[in-house]
Amino acid sequence: MKIFVPLDSAAKALGADEVADAIAAEAARRGMAVELVRNGTRGMIWLEPLVEIDSGAGRQAFGPVTPADVPALLDGTLPGLGPVADIPFFARQTRLTFARCGLIDPLDLRDYAAHGGLVGLKRALGMSSDAIVKEVTDSGLRGRGGAGFPTGIKWNTVLGAQADQKYIVCNADEGDSGTFADRMIMEGDPFSLIEGMIIAGVGVGATRGYVYLRSEYPDAIKVMNKAVQVARDAGVLGADVLGSGRAFDMEIRVGAGAYVCGEETSLLNSLEGKRGVVRAKPPLPAIEGFLGKPTVVNNVISLATVPVIFEKGAAFYADFGLGRSRGTVTLQIAGNVARGGLFETAFGMTLGELVNDVAGGTASGRPVKAVQVGGPLGAYMPVSKFDTPLGYEDFDAAGGLIGHAGLVVFDDTADMLGLARFAMEFCAVESCGKCTPCRIGAVRGVETIDRIRHGDAAAIPLLTDLCETMKDGSLCALGGFTPFPVMSALTHFPDEFATAKEAAE
Amino acid sequence: MQTSPPAPTDTEISALIDRHLHLEGPLLPILHAIQAAFGHVPANAVPMIASALNIGRAEVHGVLSFYHDFREVPAGRHVVKICRSEACQAVGAAALAEETLARLGIAWHGTTANGAVTIEPVYCLGLCACGPAAMVDDKVVGRVDRARMDALLREVGA
Repeated sequence: MKIFVPLDSAAKALGADEVADAIAAEAARRGMAVELVRNGTRGMIWLEPLVEIDSGAGRQAFGPVTPADVPALLDGTLPGLGPVADIPFFARQTRLTFARCGLIDPLDLRDYAAHGGLVGLKRALGMSSDAIVKEVTDSGLRGRGGAGFPTGIKWNTVLGAQADQKYIVCNADEGDSGTFADRMIMEGDPFSLIEGMIIAGVGVGATRGYVYLRSEYPDAIKVMNKAVQVARDAGVLGADVLGSGRAFDMEIRVGAGAYVCGEETSLLNSLEGKRGVVRAKPPLPAIEGFLGKPTVVNNVISLATVPVIFEKGAAFYADFGLGRSRGTVTLQIAGNVARGGLFETAFGMTLGELVNDVAGGTASGRPVKAVQVGGPLGAYMPVSKFDTPLGYEDFDAAGGLIGHAGLVVFDDTADMLGLARFAMEFCAVESCGKCTPCRIGAVRGVETIDRIRHGDAAAIPLLTDLCETMKDGSLCALGGFTPFPVMSALTHFPDEFATAKEAAE
Repeated sequence: MQTSPPAPTDTEISALIDRHLHLEGPLLPILHAIQAAFGHVPANAVPMIASALNIGRAEVHGVLSFYHDFREVPAGRHVVKICRSEACQAVGAAALAEETLARLGIAWHGTTANGAVTIEPVYCLGLCACGPAAMVDDKVVGRVDRARMDALLREVGA
């Protein structure tokens, strides 16, 4: 009998380790032969710890399981959920990037290869650099970190740059609230990221890679370090990748708690051992990146999607999607939500369908008030905008951004003025200090919102003006996009900024 | 993490520095290694790192003070990080943090009088579908309500 208990942080945070220990102890007590596999999560966080049992007739899911449920689980008397693929939340998804996450043992390279792993890399190793870059361009893959820049164009710039050393840097500094896709894939299918980085390296002529992984993810750091070692021992990484004569090796580097290091140029400074201060562009990192050398900087999900593009072909991937948003989007549904977790689907579903239908509305059972899409720099979308389809251009047109595709749901008790204030406070705490509108503007923003809270209506135009200045006068998205949550709260929920005045009077 | 660690010697620090000198961009790995060993980055490490990397002491200090993770003085025996981000706020994290700090009689970054616990804010642990989230040293905890927080604090001796 095989029993799967996730090792994912979210599962652990809900007691997966205790459940795994209880299963091992109970099985030993009964003298049962049980093979305990610590898999990644299937992404249905409200069902975690989600345990799967395979007694030879396919995997059956149970969840949420507590240690007290374990005797019944092993007796076969615990009510179950059936096969994971039949759970509606899972059945509605198109899993390309996350196809293996939760299915396999994350650190078992043979299990990885048995589920389509390394097929893409083997194909890429037989292709020319130009053909590799063209495949990525044709797939329509755009940067999943937030900016949505076409990945193939970025790779092509690095390919065309002449240098004695080029680098692949993976941005795993997933600091946006409401996002956890990077963490999930690194903990649940780390080889897909490693494979994607090798393909990128072979494609652009880079032999060295780094994953800049945030320190807030100790579990992901452990899994990734082990996976790199396993890949190196198996000859997937190293001087002779899978016997091809091509070299690529990589290292995991740990961040130090600075949100701004998720911005690619401050990430590069941090990787070099400097303060994580933003660099002005140009020069683009693709021309002068890590240590001044041409560097591909891609998000975890972008890179982890590369293997499936090479496994199934660019056309297969590009076949999914909406307009210029091709392929799948790995949505992360979070906050006050009945069914939270990872939902991978083709671009095009509307925000409302996702929040009300897929996610089942709020966890509290109260009406949804707003959904913040795209992290702390994303707009608060009111219910009146629920018909917006999930696509880069569609969200842009609706005054929002998809960003790293995290959605944070709030019920009607949310304090929108308080959330606008928090956005400014967060910007003040995390500003790298380079641009004055961000460094000082954020502090003044907190003060101005406090004035509004205390009834000073004259401070509202001041706040609007300040937001304009921050938007226009900041080098990176931290100062430049903090106005999104602030202004969307002010625009869509003006009463909360006005009632503060009445209350004071 | 300890309240009164023996002062790290220059030999110990220099061994940690040397181990990372072959890396490209070794400063953050060095600071992480020193902090992992001693619970903080002691003042005597700064000139040693500067000299090993051939950079100014001001540069090392700049990096050390830029990042939230690095400490110039030791924390309490345990560090409890409470997520303040929006996803956790949507399920009551702000009230949880406020109550916790009030109960312990400390502010953010403060340490309890008995030296057991330091409370730090954290901006997202990637546990956004099971908030409010917290981390006790390196162990993640989800759906933390008041009772759960009390139990966690009791376990670490606050």
